[in-house]
Amino acid sequence: MANFETVEVKTDVLILGGGMSACGAAVEAAHWAKKNNLKVTLVDKAAMDRSGAVAMGLSAINQYVGVKDGQNSVEDYVDYVRNDLMGITREDLVANIARHVDSTVHLYEKWGLPIWKDADGNYVHEGRWQLMINGESYKIIVAEAAKNALGMDNIYERVFIVEPLMKDGRCVGAVGFSVRENKFYVFKAKAVIAAMGGAVHVFKPRSSGEGLGRSWYPPFNSGASAYFTLKAGAEMTCQEVRFIPVRFKDAYGPVGAWFLLFKSRATNGLGENYMETRRDELEKWKPYGAVKPVPANLRNWLMMLDVMEGKGPIYMRTEEAIGKLSEQVPDEKERKKKLKELESEAWEDFLDMTISQAILWAATNTAPEEKPSEIAACEPYFIGSHSGASGAWVSGPEDFAPKDYFWGYANMTTVQGLFACGDASGASSHKFSSGSHAEGRIAAKAACAFAVDNGDAEVDAAKIEELKTRILLPIDLFEQHKGGSSDPEINPEYMKPKMFMFRLQKIMDEYAGGVSTQFTTSKELLDKGLELLAFLNEDSEKLAASSLHELMRCWENIHRMWQAEAHVRTILFREETRWPGYYFRADLPSMKDDWKVFANCKWDPASGNWEMMKRDILPVY
Amino acid sequence: MPSYVIPDKCDGCKALDKTACQYICPNDLMVLNKDTMKAYNQAPEMCWECYSCVKICPTQAIEVRGYADFCPMGASVTPMRSTDSIMWTVKFRNGMLKRFKFPIRTTPEGQAVPDGGYETKSDDLKSPYLFTEPASAGMDDLPPVK
Repeated sequence: MANFETVEVKTDVLILGGGMSACGAAVEAAHWAKKNNLKVTLVDKAAMDRSGAVAMGLSAINQYVGVKDGQNSVEDYVDYVRNDLMGITREDLVANIARHVDSTVHLYEKWGLPIWKDADGNYVHEGRWQLMINGESYKIIVAEAAKNALGMDNIYERVFIVEPLMKDGRCVGAVGFSVRENKFYVFKAKAVIAAMGGAVHVFKPRSSGEGLGRSWYPPFNSGASAYFTLKAGAEMTCQEVRFIPVRFKDAYGPVGAWFLLFKSRATNGLGENYMETRRDELEKWKPYGAVKPVPANLRNWLMMLDVMEGKGPIYMRTEEAIGKLSEQVPDEKERKKKLKELESEAWEDFLDMTISQAILWAATNTAPEEKPSEIAACEPYFIGSHSGASGAWVSGPEDFAPKDYFWGYANMTTVQGLFACGDASGASSHKFSSGSHAEGRIAAKAACAFAVDNGDAEVDAAKIEELKTRILLPIDLFEQHKGGSSDPEINPEYMKPKMFMFRLQKIMDEYAGGVSTQFTTSKELLDKGLELLAFLNEDSEKLAASSLHELMRCWENIHRMWQAEAHVRTILFREETRWPGYYFRADLPSMKDDWKVFANCKWDPASGNWEMMKRDILPVY
Repeated sequence: MPSYVIPDKCDGCKALDKTACQYICPNDLMVLNKDTMKAYNQAPEMCWECYSCVKICPTQAIEVRGYADFCPMGASVTPMRSTDSIMWTVKFRNGMLKRFKFPIRTTPEGQAVPDGGYETKSDDLKSPYLFTEPASAGMDDLPPVK
């Protein structure tokens, strides 16, 4: 076996991940740890200043309920989320996040995040729930509070977590390796919080050359949460509810400000507004087809119908929107000033969070006030925090969750001692960056309570050694066989992680409803896809790594593969089409009342079998 | 090649204990070539163009060239990030230049106080009040669920 020193870290509460929910968990856990004499440790595969989905920055906070100003109630938010997800949502989880999210946003402001204010000192809303920010340093600021709370001594950066440590069905830690030095890490804890983000690059992206990395969600969100919770034996939910955002085409710049703040329309190549010309289609998806705002997946669907009929390109009518806004200012001098302001806001929207889109505009000589820009549906992503819903099935809050949704500690998965938040927890969509942070706080407080209530659990040294051998196998395989070919990339005894990823992406794209099949699949296609995934799974034992970086890539892609399998199995299990703009079951093309349930799944660590199950939707309201 | 390093400007972060770009890249892409003492992006096709390396580079040695598989050539977007604001220079393919300046934070760097000055109402680990609540919610009590 490769010569890696084993480093053991003993702690009470272990936070895995460094993004928004992990930072929320860190500030919260630090507070309760001090009061209860607990040790808290955080592990991030990157540097916290710029890790996770908000690494680049953001131009808006997408969840602010505004209860203190009487703008909305917690129930209003739950209504919005339930409708957007076509009825499939955990009201208890969404409500719990909604009652804590304003607190998180107010903390952000204290920490130094510039939130736009109007002349009266009130937050500037992009939409009903969205606040405009100067968010270039959003992640740095939020990470700073987390670091100040925990202290750098308790933070491990550049350590990649691979597997859960288990003892008699309880999660008691995690193992992984440093991507900087030959060290194998064993973290032993009383409570573990999975906050390692969603999954990107499971499906083949639209750009497959240099632009492969220009996914809408970051390419470094590689399914670690899904893998970790699945391998621990946790029940998972909404694994079929992928997310496909519509964004500016190719560079994936955000559209929210254009639709909500600038009130822009989108039209097809013939100048038709599909939201009007295809209004009748919404009838088929009632009651959700009749709600306002129209659910994200249905807006996608109407656009996709135009695209499938060859009516593209689809344009965001930026020139029309800016024209209308400036027309509202009669004075010419004032109008020029207004135009300048709008131009600056439009560019900041990209520069804060998707700089590539600014490059693309500049490279195509695009002035938004003069010509429209193309928009398109991206490839599918797994993200429990936006308008997708995939993640672990977690306990609701004690004070108002339905009885069957509460099992001891808020946000604990069905595995004792294992908590999930952010993209790692499911059926609680639309938490975005702020709600993920709030959910991290909820999970961390509960994890501290669990750590106080439960003692240590030792893991057999032999088990740890077994994990170490398996995790470092790609390094050993490479060393063993590299002499068998003059090209280290092509060898009959092993496979490099990049080609492994391409194979996964091709299977998912062609059989599970990716971009090239216009998000359409069927039982027959999914069955075939599963057959090919089984070969891929076998071949995952042939992955080889020539460096620590490649070792990380090997495991990232194994993580992605598990997310893929959970997805395919759940699409297959749910015998209907419920989110037509996310995926379309050609063999079951409509929504069915008897499928107004959660489709959950679980991988059994003892038998290695998958179990599929329905769970009732229990309302709070 | 999304982010790329200008050899004449890169000094391998000789003055630091580790290279800044390698430290910050969220996707572990920036590495230092120990022979030339210049950094490079080891897998440009996995680059998100997040500009973290560009913004942190102490010698402004890193720039971004848009993804060649969909982006016409000739444009550039260059940030200059200070402790409280960021200045962007956008150069168009046709030569047009635009400059934008935006604030990035309202507090001194490094000074974020975790509790923001809010008191926590209860020490009870089982109560629904999170750290700083309900004060941080701006209310006397938590926002009601029903």
